[in-house]
Amino acid sequence: MSRTAENYRGYNFAYLDEQTKRMIRRAILKAIAIPGYQVPFASREMPMPYGWGTGGVQVTAAILGPSDVLKVIDQGADDTTNAVSIRQFFEKTAGVETTTETEKATVIQTRHRIPEAKLQGHQVLVYQVPIPEPLRFLEPRETETRTLHALAEYGLMHVRLYEDIAQHGHIAKTYAYPVLVADRYVMDPSPIPKFDNPKMDDCAALQLFGAGREKRIYAIPPYTKVVSLDFEDHPFEATKFEQPCALCGATDSYLDEVITDDQGGRMFVCSDTHHCETRRCEGHVGHLGMPVTEAAE
Amino acid sequence: MSLAGFPNPVLDQQAAFRAVMQALSEPGCIVQAGALAGEGSPLGPVARAIALSLLDFEVRFSLSSSLADAEGDITFHTGSRLASRLDEAEFAFVDLRQDVLDLGSFAQGTPEYPDRSTTVILRVESLTGGPSLKIRGPGIRGTRELNIPGLPTDFALQWAANAARSPLGVDLIFVTNEAVLGLPRSTRILPEAR
Ligand SMILES: [Zn+2]
Repeated sequence: MSRTAENYRGYNFAYLDEQTKRMIRRAILKAIAIPGYQVPFASREMPMPYGWGTGGVQVTAAILGPSDVLKVIDQGADDTTNAVSIRQFFEKTAGVETTTETEKATVIQTRHRIPEAKLQGHQVLVYQVPIPEPLRFLEPRETETRTLHALAEYGLMHVRLYEDIAQHGHIAKTYAYPVLVADRYVMDPSPIPKFDNPKMDDCAALQLFGAGREKRIYAIPPYTKVVSLDFEDHPFEATKFEQPCALCGATDSYLDEVITDDQGGRMFVCSDTHHCETRRCEGHVGHLGMPVTEAAE
Repeated sequence: MSLAGFPNPVLDQQAAFRAVMQALSEPGCIVQAGALAGEGSPLGPVARAIALSLLDFEVRFSLSSSLADAEGDITFHTGSRLASRLDEAEFAFVDLRQDVLDLGSFAQGTPEYPDRSTTVILRVESLTGGPSLKIRGPGIRGTRELNIPGLPTDFALQWAANAARSPLGVDLIFVTNEAVLGLPRSTRILPEAR
């Protein structure tokens, strides 16, 4: 075998067998042609539990080639157990180069975040999806949700969101906030914070979504209209933070609350760890941060 | 005598697929084919590479009349079978240089499963130099121009009918001897400015 990773330690390239890859690839092509529509596929067992994003892993395995550079994030971070295991899985089975730098990656697999750096046209963002059906909480039967999508009958969805407004004065949903893709299908963007929703709209990168347990693949092609559902009198509003990142001072990124000591100390920092590090390397310092050169000493 | 398959099946299939994925993601863009699969097939090297990459025993294909001789080769290498009817094929291969095109004759999908439609691979002489058609839709920033020579005279009409069936309908992949160009059902041809 002349090429490096082929049949590495007895695995096929990127673990999946060719038959499965072909089936997933065919589903991906349909998903791209019908933006926001959930294409059924025959999900395979992967050597990791379902909660670990087997749908995203299968999509990544089906598209990945030897010249790709892979980044894996979990809630914005490259260094969680989940992200590290998936990255190592593909290093081992596909021999691909991996990176934590958003700008260097050609394929980014993500769980629950979209990177802060603007994605580029040659990049593919692969989402791990736990529940792909946005109408599931209204209608548990698959045949019924399929009919609703076929008829583009999304009135119930709007009623449900409006009930929130009646009850809370605003739409309470802050994660997995439903979107309308290319004026046709209502889609679940996976449990990303609604802060990230505007990044899906008119995005230069191809966005692929894989749900392993529920066996669905869907897609948003580049430069596609993606609108968060809302109402004229209650327009969609992305989450805003009252303070900047404590480490890098960013005022426009999604922040996580981090406990700093056992005295109840806490701070808000960028959830996108690469974004935060890049800003600090560029000299940005938050109110609890140290300049990068000092911190390194 | 049988034609050779890919020299590196795993990597060549991935490369052929990625070119098609990019082509359908960026409709109207000319994308270098990821892999070529030998001369000698009436399909030509690019369409044959796509066949070897995406077909297997789970799907069926159809061939336009001048491509009929390709059946044995495709079945031998992929395990896919010729469909008995055009609208039962997941993939169709049409040589647009010699055969007629009727988009309505293929599988269009159903309202519940619009993905159960035919992907049509069209062999053309060139992807440039033809009359200009302006296109718009997902995957296109603003508008883009399509300049494929030798399209049927009623192509824009057929494509409008395909668009009218949206989100049902067929997806097209144009191929030359070295490149691919995608036209998914979501792409619209804009009326000519007068
Ligand atoms: Zn920060």
